[in-house]
Amino acid sequence: MPQRIRKGQSIQQWIGESRKRNVRDKSMPILLMIASLISVMATLGIVSTLIIETFEFFQRVSIFEYLFGTEWYPFSSGNPTFGVLPLLMGTLKVTFIAICVAVPLGLAAAIYLSEYATERTRRIMKPILEVLSGVPTIVYGFFALTFVTPILQIFIPSLKLFNALSPGIVVGIMILPSIISLSEDAMNAVPNSIREGALALGATKLEVSLKVVIPAALSGIVASIVLAISRAIGETMIVSLAGGATPTFDMNITGSIQTMTAYIVQVSSGDAGFGTTIYYSMFAVGFTLFVFTLLMNVVAHTISKRFREEY
Amino acid sequence: MTKYIDDALVMKRIKTRLRRNQMGKGIFFLAAVFALFILVVLIARMIFQGLGYFDWDFLNNFSSRFPEKAGVKAALVGSVYMMLVVIPTSLIIGVATAIYLEEYARNNRWNNFIRANISNLAGVPSIVFGLLGLTIFVRLFGFGKSILAAGLTMSLLILPVIIVAAQEAIRAVPKEMREASYAMGATKWQTIMHVVLPASVPGILTGSILAFSRAIGETAPLVVIGIPVIVHFLPNGLLSEFTALPLQIYDWAKRPQEEFQNVAASGILVLMIVLILMNSIAVFIRNKFQKRY
Repeated sequence: MPQRIRKGQSIQQWIGESRKRNVRDKSMPILLMIASLISVMATLGIVSTLIIETFEFFQRVSIFEYLFGTEWYPFSSGNPTFGVLPLLMGTLKVTFIAICVAVPLGLAAAIYLSEYATERTRRIMKPILEVLSGVPTIVYGFFALTFVTPILQIFIPSLKLFNALSPGIVVGIMILPSIISLSEDAMNAVPNSIREGALALGATKLEVSLKVVIPAALSGIVASIVLAISRAIGETMIVSLAGGATPTFDMNITGSIQTMTAYIVQVSSGDAGFGTTIYYSMFAVGFTLFVFTLLMNVVAHTISKRFREEY
Repeated sequence: MTKYIDDALVMKRIKTRLRRNQMGKGIFFLAAVFALFILVVLIARMIFQGLGYFDWDFLNNFSSRFPEKAGVKAALVGSVYMMLVVIPTSLIIGVATAIYLEEYARNNRWNNFIRANISNLAGVPSIVFGLLGLTIFVRLFGFGKSILAAGLTMSLLILPVIIVAAQEAIRAVPKEMREASYAMGATKWQTIMHVVLPASVPGILTGSILAFSRAIGETAPLVVIGIPVIVHFLPNGLLSEFTALPLQIYDWAKRPQEEFQNVAASGILVLMIVLILMNSIAVFIRNKFQKRY
């Protein structure tokens, strides 16, 4: 790389400086690559931590009991049981309710923003909805416990203070913005010529939206839903504030539950002694959670990649 | 004149479809408005419930058994201290990774692995990062339940967001600017330092501030690491114990006494004010420095 020789600078000095520049140019990519390895190391750290501690857990509790047991009483002093199904059940209840709230509402709002709203309305509404996604989950949890549950209790008198319904609804509200924004992106990517073709054949806007735009944007929409499911499974503070701490293996949504994440919070705020079975159970549950969300994320990624339609 | 189209017949045939279209529009509109309405309810509720305890004493008191004496001082200062670790760590690693991926990395298998890894890391639940922080930073490195351990955990948590934001900002710098720099005799590193980075700073900052506000609001990793909730002193160093705003709110919200719910709401008000301030800075930077090439 040539650089001008400055006034009063000898050739030797110029060569020296130029060599320094070359060294820096050669070494910088290596330094930057090392920085990029940190994210790889974070993943390795997560996976190895979870596997090592989970392995320790399965030295003490049989895998069979963990995977198929329907009783989760780790704190029982006489005979602690570690069957993960009740925790899984709690998580699935909350996730299911959240999806029931967020998917219809989110898709409808996305259709409105993408197909019906004027440019101006969209420019106002979208950033406001993005604010919803910046609200910390602890705020949502507080909202569920002190606002949504009392309101629901008016309609469902048998509803307990801690239940699955209220955190489920609020988790649905939490994932709403991401469903709206990702689905709207997918619908926006459908080219106008396809809409115009349908309109020219005499279709109404509703028919265009439901029969043309949604099928064309389906892969993006499904990916956004799968991602939302993954976030609902991994959500922590809403369920540990408003869901309670009673792992049950039933379909009841009005009583107290416990999710996988809420269990981890319960153990860590109770300060489980290092090395106890309960301490290791936290990692086994964390590993289960990790596997579920990882699967969901990979599925979402594959869907949006493989089925992306090119126009 | 022959009439080719019987208007009455056409109207009769398409009337239901048109009505359905109107209904659909109404329903979709209501859905969008409802989503906005929830936001308004949420914020209004927090403000009205939180105003009761929100005053100078609340900002200046430590946590207390008595709701009227409780305050957020330790939590507010603790959150700020934690950010003093999070901001430099995540920004340096994130921007360095983004420069590597955008400017140096070829499209080979190894670099694609790094990219896939970053997008997977973004989908890992925050509570799992807490488990990582507990094992690696608290126990293995022996940092204890300190500002350093919590800050490093949060940095890893928001790293993917910062990397993606920085990548987009760097990608947006037009090729011509780099070529002009090379034509002047600059090396690749000089071009990156003096041309590409300055041009992408606004984009990087806007994305990063949003990531930082996520780090301030996250609770789950802190709970798992075991950060204490009731702290009656201000942190005096990186290895000092501390507490953070969302943790303090969580503790108040969990207490059985009804009065503490109002204290929790006041804490939420403080947290939301901090977040709104940060978001306004992000918007300000985006508006002030946004350039189109």
